Amino acid sequence: MDLRFTDEELAFRDEVREFFRTALPGSIRRKMIEGHHPSKDDLVTWSRILNAKGWAVPHWPVKWGGTGWSPVKQYIFRDELQQAPAPEPLAFGVSMVGPVIYTFGNEDQKRRFLPRIANLDDWWCQGFSEPGAGSDLASLKTTAKREGDHYIVNGQKTWTTLAQHADWIFCLVRTDSAVKKQEGISFLLIDMKAPGITVRPIQTIDGGHEVNEVFLDDVRVPVENLVGQENKGWDYAKFLLGNERVGIARIGISKARLKRVRELASLERIGDIPLIEIPRFREKLAAVEVELKALEMTQLRVVAAESRREKGKPDPASSILKIKGSEIQQATTELLMEVVGPFAMPYHPEEEGRNEPTDGPDWASTAAPTYFNWRKISIYGGSNEIQKNIIAKAILGF
Amino acid sequence: MDFDLSEEQRLLKDSVDRLMADRYDFESRQRYAKEPEGWSRALWSAYAELGLLALPFDEAHGGFGGGPVETMTIMEAFGRSLALEPYLATVILGGGLLQHGGSEEQKSTYLPQIALGDLRLAFAHTERQSRYDLFDVGTTAQRDGGSFVLNGQKSVVLHGDSADKILVTARVAGSRRDRDGIGLFLVDANAPGVSRRGYPTQDRQRAAEVTLESVRVDAESVIGNPEGALPVVEKVTDIAIAALAAEAIGAMDEMLKLTVDYLKTRKQFNATIGSFQVLQHRSSEMFIALEQGRSMAMFAAMMAQEQNPEERRKAISAAKVQIGRSGRFVGQQAVQLHGGVGMTMEYKVGHLFKRVTMIDTLFGDADHHLSKLAETGGLIAA
Repeated sequence: MDLRFTDEELAFRDEVREFFRTALPGSIRRKMIEGHHPSKDDLVTWSRILNAKGWAVPHWPVKWGGTGWSPVKQYIFRDELQQAPAPEPLAFGVSMVGPVIYTFGNEDQKRRFLPRIANLDDWWCQGFSEPGAGSDLASLKTTAKREGDHYIVNGQKTWTTLAQHADWIFCLVRTDSAVKKQEGISFLLIDMKAPGITVRPIQTIDGGHEVNEVFLDDVRVPVENLVGQENKGWDYAKFLLGNERVGIARIGISKARLKRVRELASLERIGDIPLIEIPRFREKLAAVEVELKALEMTQLRVVAAESRREKGKPDPASSILKIKGSEIQQATTELLMEVVGPFAMPYHPEEEGRNEPTDGPDWASTAAPTYFNWRKISIYGGSNEIQKNIIAKAILGF
Repeated sequence: MDFDLSEEQRLLKDSVDRLMADRYDFESRQRYAKEPEGWSRALWSAYAELGLLALPFDEAHGGFGGGPVETMTIMEAFGRSLALEPYLATVILGGGLLQHGGSEEQKSTYLPQIALGDLRLAFAHTERQSRYDLFDVGTTAQRDGGSFVLNGQKSVVLHGDSADKILVTARVAGSRRDRDGIGLFLVDANAPGVSRRGYPTQDRQRAAEVTLESVRVDAESVIGNPEGALPVVEKVTDIAIAALAAEAIGAMDEMLKLTVDYLKTRKQFNATIGSFQVLQHRSSEMFIALEQGRSMAMFAAMMAQEQNPEERRKAISAAKVQIGRSGRFVGQQAVQLHGGVGMTMEYKVGHLFKRVTMIDTLFGDADHHLSKLAETGGLIAA
């Protein structure tokens, strides 16, 4: 047992860190530090910089653009990216549908979609949740009926993140309603330009527009867009959600945010005393740092065990990463709100090209929206309560 | 980065686990507690035979050159079985102070005796007023020619009642809360002027109040620089905290196992109570607290060898915070989920709860270490 990074891993970390320092455009870095959402253009620009370097999809098979890095190096890369802080590549493509396609898709699908995902030529969104199918995802009702060479898809998806930018949507659809609910689901790739698709924005409590409703009315989907076998979609969805949980701890993001909290808390003063020197505040901050260090070690334990695990079977311990990772991310946003104090109050919805000065320190305006927005983290990707069910069943054997 | 045990570490783990499984079930443990010294001489000999008492020492001193990972392996097994023997006091604390602070001559005299099971030690440091501040030493050591004369009183000296020799901190110079001026002395437990009052602790271990009245100590019994012992005391305390973290993990792991087993067998409302989601979720939360604790116990083991003392202290403090919090949660919930059964002296889970509770009070509780960590800038630099 040796829990330190090897010299090779340390050299790799320095290489990656240096690349992020020089290759990430300053304007994007500034947005990220200040807690603004990167725009679509920002994400495309950054994804193409990564892809040109050959680092857009490190975890993919080498044949499709992966790097062949060890799990530890993959972890270091992600951690450094988040701490840069750089935008994360669009998860719906590189972390969700990409792995499903290279694991379960056919050769045509791999050739057609994977390179375009890596270069963010295609913007993907996720069509899983429905108004009546949240935690009980398998009860979804959107149907796909086979008619000749096409499926005819009807239904409604919701909480579809960034569908407003999307070129493609991967959907779970019901292809057999006569069998057990998990056994009649298929995994379809649908062109967002297809007639019959309507996207309606949902504004969230932070004032932002990230999520949408997507309506599908008699949408014709060619059968070659079915991934894997018909009625096996639930297996692919579980595979996808398991992968999602591994990346969901986002330890580097919490590190970067705690660093920011510490910086700003040494500027803010209560009377003559910097906030960071108030024992109550700094102990609260230290307590979150302890939890984060523990989670980082837990993440590394999961990562180190990864190479020994059967492929496609995520470690049930990854549920810990989801639960603690989300709780810690949320705790960091609470701390930032506290630092900002009264200047959490002014409401400035984020608009492209907005130019007016903010009221209060210019770093204060994102604190409250981020706090409100990040309540989503313990809800999405399988709510934390569902994760506790998974631990109880898969690990404790209830 | 590698979380696996080496082949040798795996063998060590297997042999310790086997010993404890064979000879340290709960009933035996309760019997050992009633022996005259409050622990089992027979097991102490068994530890010596297995080489556990020699583990951390250099080969030159009769040891096996084991590091914190080996110690972690043993302590986790001890925690699971609620071992009562003075391993921490003798090997980790006493042996550690000699190993890291003693002269070559002192090491080659005493460490082989520890390894053979012939010498038991205790570390007398805490005083009535010091709480968890390692630098707060009021006991005095007055120079008298080449020797020293010790006066003062030491509290909660772990296994001080059965020790053959006691390592005592005493102030040679400076005032009570100065970092400099503290000496470390190896005192014969039966030396004139040493009186000991032994007592059981809440977790059925043993401790003693040790009073020193004009105790004369010769120059050969001074450990290291007579005015500069604090760094080695801090270092060995950190090693001990790492060891205790592993012991706490063993105890928590056992509590979770007992609790889950209980929930799967206990029936109420015509169902095993483990079928209720509220109890499943509580168990999942215990699992998370345990695993977060385990991660920090590993981190502590790694950082106990860190060369930079500030980095080491911060990391150990962070681990002690996590262990304290995890231990409290897992312990309280283990008792709660057992219901009345968890409250009885006849059942193991309550004793495990008491042990992790007492571990929190050793060498600084979670709040103490959180405030120290916060004071020294936390874990993530701005």
